[in-house]
Amino acid sequence: MSDVLLKVDNLKKYFPIKGGIFGKRIGEVKAVDDVSFYVKKGETLGLVGESGCGKSTTGRALMRLIEPTEGQVLFEGKDLTKLNAEEMRRMRKEIQMVFQDPFASLNPRHTIQKILEEPLIVHGIKDKMERKRRVKEMLEVVGLNSYHAKRYPHQFSGGQRQRIGIARALMTKPKLIIADEPVSALDVSIQSQVLNLLEDLQKEFQLTYIFIAHDLGVVKHISDRIGVMYLGRLVEMTEAERLYEKPSHPYTKALLASIPIPDPDVQKESELLMGDLPSPSNPPKGCAFHTRCSECMEVCKTVRPELKEIEPGHFAACHLFNSDNQH
Amino acid sequence: MTQAPVLDVRELRTSFFSSDGEIPAVDNISFSVKRGEILGIVGESGCGKSVTSLSIMKLVPQPPGKIVGGEILLNGEDIVPASERRMRQIRGNDIAMIFQEPMTSLNPLFTIGNQLTEGIMLHKKVKKKAATRLGIDMLKLVGLPRAEEIMKEYPHQLSGGMRQRVMIAMALSCDPKLLIADEPTTALDVTIQAQILSLMKELNRKLDTAIIMITHDLGVVAEICQRVIVMYAGQVVEEASVREIFKNPKHPYTIGLLESVPDVREKKERLYSIPGNVPRPGSIHQGCRFAARCDKAFDRCFNENPPLYPYGDRHAVRCFLHESGGEAHE
Repeated sequence: MSDVLLKVDNLKKYFPIKGGIFGKRIGEVKAVDDVSFYVKKGETLGLVGESGCGKSTTGRALMRLIEPTEGQVLFEGKDLTKLNAEEMRRMRKEIQMVFQDPFASLNPRHTIQKILEEPLIVHGIKDKMERKRRVKEMLEVVGLNSYHAKRYPHQFSGGQRQRIGIARALMTKPKLIIADEPVSALDVSIQSQVLNLLEDLQKEFQLTYIFIAHDLGVVKHISDRIGVMYLGRLVEMTEAERLYEKPSHPYTKALLASIPIPDPDVQKESELLMGDLPSPSNPPKGCAFHTRCSECMEVCKTVRPELKEIEPGHFAACHLFNSDNQH
Repeated sequence: MTQAPVLDVRELRTSFFSSDGEIPAVDNISFSVKRGEILGIVGESGCGKSVTSLSIMKLVPQPPGKIVGGEILLNGEDIVPASERRMRQIRGNDIAMIFQEPMTSLNPLFTIGNQLTEGIMLHKKVKKKAATRLGIDMLKLVGLPRAEEIMKEYPHQLSGGMRQRVMIAMALSCDPKLLIADEPTTALDVTIQAQILSLMKELNRKLDTAIIMITHDLGVVAEICQRVIVMYAGQVVEEASVREIFKNPKHPYTIGLLESVPDVREKKERLYSIPGNVPRPGSIHQGCRFAARCDKAFDRCFNENPPLYPYGDRHAVRCFLHESGGEAHE
């Protein structure tokens, strides 16, 4: 498949838990546990899940901002996990990140000019005038003005700062952008502006997005395909429309049913998901979701279901879809 | 329904005083809440929804903040001039509040039991033993399993959803007539949010407590509220029943807000977006506060601030477009 930009195979990230007086390793948190997926050129892949499901860790492990424990990350066929620091640094020109908090991700002591030209300096554009020109250009692309380059981050509102964060990611003309909750800190009216901007930029620069968020409405709006994560694992993955029309995994169903619908006439028929998320340092045996699942069977308590294709392009990790378990 | 309201806020104005002068955060707001009713206050950051709730509790930090005008009638008693001593009797007893962050509103150094019984002993004038019994009952009421053990546990041992349940138990332990919930589910995951909302609805029905639900999430409003107030830049721009707001919104801001939320049920090619930014409090002095972002604004909007026009008998809109009160339209 030549149109696959990024392919992730069996990605794992385990964080050690240290304890005792000698700081011995006494356990581990499986933040990302055996996740595999691919992203096609020009598409938006959404990753959703509740807090602690490993969606942000996945995003960071792809860029090796967090070193993955195991697995392969193939970007245009090249395995990123095998690159040395210098090669990886050069590779980051192609993969950029947009962060959640526009207040914390911009250096308050730098002007916008300095923030935006830094990626250019790192990637070897020495001509000062050229850098200035490109900063100006990019500010206009994201809907700000070129005179904003002289200002400091505190002079901007949340929405404008997120535009600056996006501009910074675009400075090196990347192919892939990993956006980690880019709109969740913004007000509703500003959120839609930023989502529209991201869509416009995707068309203009043929970008590929990995869009990480917890808001299912936002993810559905922007994504072509969506992966649902639960306790470090992908439990379902398919096209955005299909996921909402025909969710297969019991967790996806419950998640969709819990979204408050902005329509007072909608009556909810399905029951609520009971209980809390189990601790990732001590996940349940078998299927991680079995403790809260309404369709839990005996096999779920002991055997971990693998992600399987249940119909073309629709993957789910659930024993309900194993032919030998069907009743 | 001629029942007297539990809370009647009349022309409330709360300002903050800085070196730049007076900044009105809440500017002439009036509304009332009846017994057993759930009222939603929606708006974006800086619209004054949280300052409104702090004003009702008289918890606005002073200085720099101050209630500069209006009345807050709680069961007929104006609490604006009330002393701090009187307020201490009211808080917890008549009005209780739950906050957004269940992690930071519990003291990490004390057990749940300790914090839960403190208010009960103070307000109900009962001994430790009776307070503990009541505390356990409250924890059971909000659906926490193993209530006896949780009384002896510390906040860090509980999950976010459980902590918010404890906060609700604490708020309801002295049978307040009014519960103010300031973004109670914003910090929680969707599945937990759904649990907490259904719990609040159930308790409202069971105990007949009036609730003011402050939120920015229109989905939450549709789910739980009966009546809604939409705030923008310190003012009420629209007030109506929840059905009216969603089916028949009138103010351009309300319409824009509803349009800009991505809906999981349908695919919109492009989201509507309100141009511009949320104004800083006190930055607009003339005309309608929404005029600069409004696509229907005309000359008059920039010079004059429209009053809240009644539209039908249970709907009010702050917009010149609806000056005739909807009579001309229907």
